[in-house]
Amino acid sequence: MNDMTPTREQREAKLEGMGCKRKRVEDIRFTQGRGNYVDDVKLPGMLHGDFVRSPHAHARVKSINSEEALKVPGVLAVITAETLKTVNLAWMPTLAGDVQMVLADGKVLFQNQEVAFVVATDRYAADDGINKVVVEYEALPPLMDPFKAMDPDAPVLREDLAGKTSGAHGPRKHHNHIFEWVVGDKDLTDAAFRNAEVSIKEMISYHRTHPSPLETCQCVCSFDKIKGELSIWGTFQAPHVIRTVVALIAKIPEHKIHVIAPDIGGGFGNKVGAYPGYICAAVASIVTGKPVKWVEDRIENLTATSFARDYHMTTEIAATKEGKVTGLRVHVLADHGAFDACADPSKWPAGFFNIVTGSYDFPTAHLSVDGVYTNKAPGGVAYRCSFRVTEAAYCIERGMDILAQKLGMDPAELRLKNFIKAEQFPYHSALGWEYDSGDYHTAMRKMMEAVDYAGLRKEQVEKRAAFKRGETREIMGLGVSFFTEIVGAGPSKNCDILGIAMFDSCEIRMHPTGAGIARVGSKSQGQGHETTWAQIIATEIGIPADDIMVEEGNTDTAPYGLGTYGSRSTPVAGAAIAMAARKIKAKAQMIAAYKLEVHEGDLEWDIDGFRVKGLPEKSMSMKDICWAAYNSVAPGMEPGLEAVSYYDPPNMTYPFGAYICVMNIDVDTGVYKVRRFYALDDCGTRINPMIIEGQVHGGLTEAFAIAMGQEIRYDDEGNVVTGSFMDFFIPTAVETPHWETDFTVTPSPHHPIGAKGVGESPNVGGVPAFSNAVNDAFSFLGSTHIQMPHDFWRNWRAAKNLGVFAA
Amino acid sequence: MIPGPFSYHRPATVADAIKLLSDLGDDARPLAGGHSLVPMMKLRLATPEHLIDLHGIDGLKGIRRDGANIVIGAMTTQHDLLASSEIAGSLPILHETALLIADPQVRYRGTLGGNVANGDPGNDMPALMLTLGASYRLEGASGVRDIAASEFYQGAYFTALEPGEILTSILIPVPAAGHGHAYEKLKRKVGDYATAAAAVMLTKANGKVATCAIGLTNLSETPLSADAAAKLVIGTSLDDATLKNAAAAASAIMSPAADARGPVEYRKHVGGIMVMRALQRAFAKAA
Repeated sequence: MNDMTPTREQREAKLEGMGCKRKRVEDIRFTQGRGNYVDDVKLPGMLHGDFVRSPHAHARVKSINSEEALKVPGVLAVITAETLKTVNLAWMPTLAGDVQMVLADGKVLFQNQEVAFVVATDRYAADDGINKVVVEYEALPPLMDPFKAMDPDAPVLREDLAGKTSGAHGPRKHHNHIFEWVVGDKDLTDAAFRNAEVSIKEMISYHRTHPSPLETCQCVCSFDKIKGELSIWGTFQAPHVIRTVVALIAKIPEHKIHVIAPDIGGGFGNKVGAYPGYICAAVASIVTGKPVKWVEDRIENLTATSFARDYHMTTEIAATKEGKVTGLRVHVLADHGAFDACADPSKWPAGFFNIVTGSYDFPTAHLSVDGVYTNKAPGGVAYRCSFRVTEAAYCIERGMDILAQKLGMDPAELRLKNFIKAEQFPYHSALGWEYDSGDYHTAMRKMMEAVDYAGLRKEQVEKRAAFKRGETREIMGLGVSFFTEIVGAGPSKNCDILGIAMFDSCEIRMHPTGAGIARVGSKSQGQGHETTWAQIIATEIGIPADDIMVEEGNTDTAPYGLGTYGSRSTPVAGAAIAMAARKIKAKAQMIAAYKLEVHEGDLEWDIDGFRVKGLPEKSMSMKDICWAAYNSVAPGMEPGLEAVSYYDPPNMTYPFGAYICVMNIDVDTGVYKVRRFYALDDCGTRINPMIIEGQVHGGLTEAFAIAMGQEIRYDDEGNVVTGSFMDFFIPTAVETPHWETDFTVTPSPHHPIGAKGVGESPNVGGVPAFSNAVNDAFSFLGSTHIQMPHDFWRNWRAAKNLGVFAA
Repeated sequence: MIPGPFSYHRPATVADAIKLLSDLGDDARPLAGGHSLVPMMKLRLATPEHLIDLHGIDGLKGIRRDGANIVIGAMTTQHDLLASSEIAGSLPILHETALLIADPQVRYRGTLGGNVANGDPGNDMPALMLTLGASYRLEGASGVRDIAASEFYQGAYFTALEPGEILTSILIPVPAAGHGHAYEKLKRKVGDYATAAAAVMLTKANGKVATCAIGLTNLSETPLSADAAAKLVIGTSLDDATLKNAAAAASAIMSPAADARGPVEYRKHVGGIMVMRALQRAFAKAA
């Protein structure tokens, strides 16, 4: 051995594998303006489509006159529901088992609903055409309050469902009722409440908001009449699912549909569903024989494509006087808008809301969810959360604080008293989940020590006394949040989308010189998959991450996958990648054994290759094995070095975390100041700590926005009053607090590399931390629960209602 | 978000711009920074057939001292104001306020003339101009006239500008040395219009307020001059009772609209708080 031989550490570092803060390889093009987004797709002869939209929330469409629009120079076609009926596409199926109008069919059911699609040679002509389409409406009374949706005299919204007493998820109780979903043990839970020494009950609302990615939803559809093939470039978080849906509803053979999701500028759930724009652009391309582009503008994105949340959760907790929880009862009124277009696994009408028992050892629980129609935009997507998990986490974390207040206990102490203990894992929750792993007490105590929790509470006591003496107008709140996520949908036994099991996939091809390509069924929208997927492979097979190219989003080349949302990529696709890499490694071992003239069992893995046990100088690097795979494999063995893996996860993964927000509020103006925000995340094995930190920063910023002001709000007539970034709160760097991040590592026992997923944890845990801080600040003045969002004027109103300004 | 068709004109002189405006009539709109007009055009809430871009007119830019006044060309940007040592030295409140307008990108393009001429109650500069006793020079086919800022604003987007007239410059009397000033603006985030804002200019004598002017932004259809409130503080050293009285007097003239920034009651309440805080800060600064 000479001095130039790299050390083990140097060999390992060269791989930039798991645990390395590898710089994001995709950022080289993103930071230089060289990304390739849908709007960058420009095809010869391409046309542009845009929508005539409804100004009414609820109205009958009496007539649509396109005569003048067709006279506008450049306008080629105006597509209406009548046009779509000729190809049986006036309505489309939703992911939730409902149907949705593609274009208004006799009625409009929400403001800005798509009424007609104008196709023109450029975007300007299309908009000029829109202004010339004359639509005659007869206004109907709008239904905006979900609590009135099932009143006997409530207006009938969905005339298409007349007489249908059951829907995709069972019986319907009323003409505006969609489903009722019931989980848990009612009798046992009722008994727990009958016997409860202490109980709380509160209606906790999680308001309607919107994922609002930087890039809106868009597509280019190009139908080749000669080949009978349809190509679609689109902002798709799940391109393969889109291909299957198109095959099913447009009756084009699936192999003749090419779906390409190029670079995507953020998704956050907004780009999971199928929207009328996609259907209309495809039909327009079939009709005109030209490629057709559809690009949403910001107002359209906020007001018409998938909202999130809008859950109204009546929450009850039973407990002993000592603060041990004995039962949980939750009823949710879910406002789904005009169509049930929730993006959940098909069997789960309320997603995984039954994670609502949270991190606590509830002996029994009972949950029911009623979904209703209103005259609001359809959707119900998981905005940076696994399906309805952020609603569940908000519900239980607010509930625990309310219980602590009633008991006169510290909220952190109450949580420590009720946590599922480390030795209880795998833990079976009262509402049916098997939590794979966790160590909640350690995480909570680490958080409390890091921020000097006791010291903060002492400061709060002093500050409250000073406020009561009139020495300050500031109040101080501590928002504790301890969340358990359920991500990685999911096992085929309980998760599918339109009948397709929610596996994910990876195909790895190693080239002769030791470089390779990995194609994966997930689809990055900014998560950094090109960087992290290569790191998993680097560690698994000993090839530097820089030598692995990662490709996603092209349904012709990538193996079938269910896409990226719900923090499922690392738990599912990440596992498929590791398993495909292990297949590569297994074949490599056979090749090495042949070349080194030993039995396979005599070889051991050593960072970047195999060596003979006891004879370390007799070894073969993975790079050399790649070469051998293409020229000198053992007789009878197939040449080449490729592998495909489809991974059906045995269970979900359960990341968790302990967050705290320290906030001051000026009661005179309602202006808050986030003094400190500490977030401890446990996402199991950490693939790239820098990317995790970035994910946490992003998710916390979105949580901050949602809790402190971001909302989709309607007036009584059904007008959206927060339809642009003027009023829809997107914090800038100026408003965004400083984030402190920390971690513990509790690997998932069933995941090949022990990873759990992290993208959505900060949103799930962040929202209750902010809201609990506000509520904690006001609690000493006699308040129990103040609804989100906590923007300035609402904080002032809370102070006023609590008598702060009384003379 | 796609504007309708329009013709674009770029005159080189004020005279050419005025001629275009009078020839084209109501179908023409002058374009300064475009921060109000262009978004309105994208929403097709404004559909001018002709845009007359004032950026090609050299004479409309610049900041100069003219005796006891500062004269600022209408096309001077907020960024120009921030970069000017003349403004920083003689009109520090203008510097302070310009910094609270949106973000650097907007300030590179947004102009003082556009801000004061548009009549948008959300704009910050009009109330400040009332507080500073500024006047505007208006030029049109029938000649040149000067009008006090206090006479200019008639309603939301309604001003004393006659058809065919252009606001070409702003004249501001240089405030007394040693004056105290403050612009207190409550907004939801960077880039937002004020939920409520108050401008205060005052001087002190013997530890008490000697002169005072108070302007209010976005608390009515027009910028407001809170004269009664200003009068109340003269001769006082801003004790708590006086501050509260001044806030109440200012609130009495406010008539904000309810919007996503808050209901009327809140906006009036914080309007009063802004007045108190601006008074206190200006008082502390005054020599």
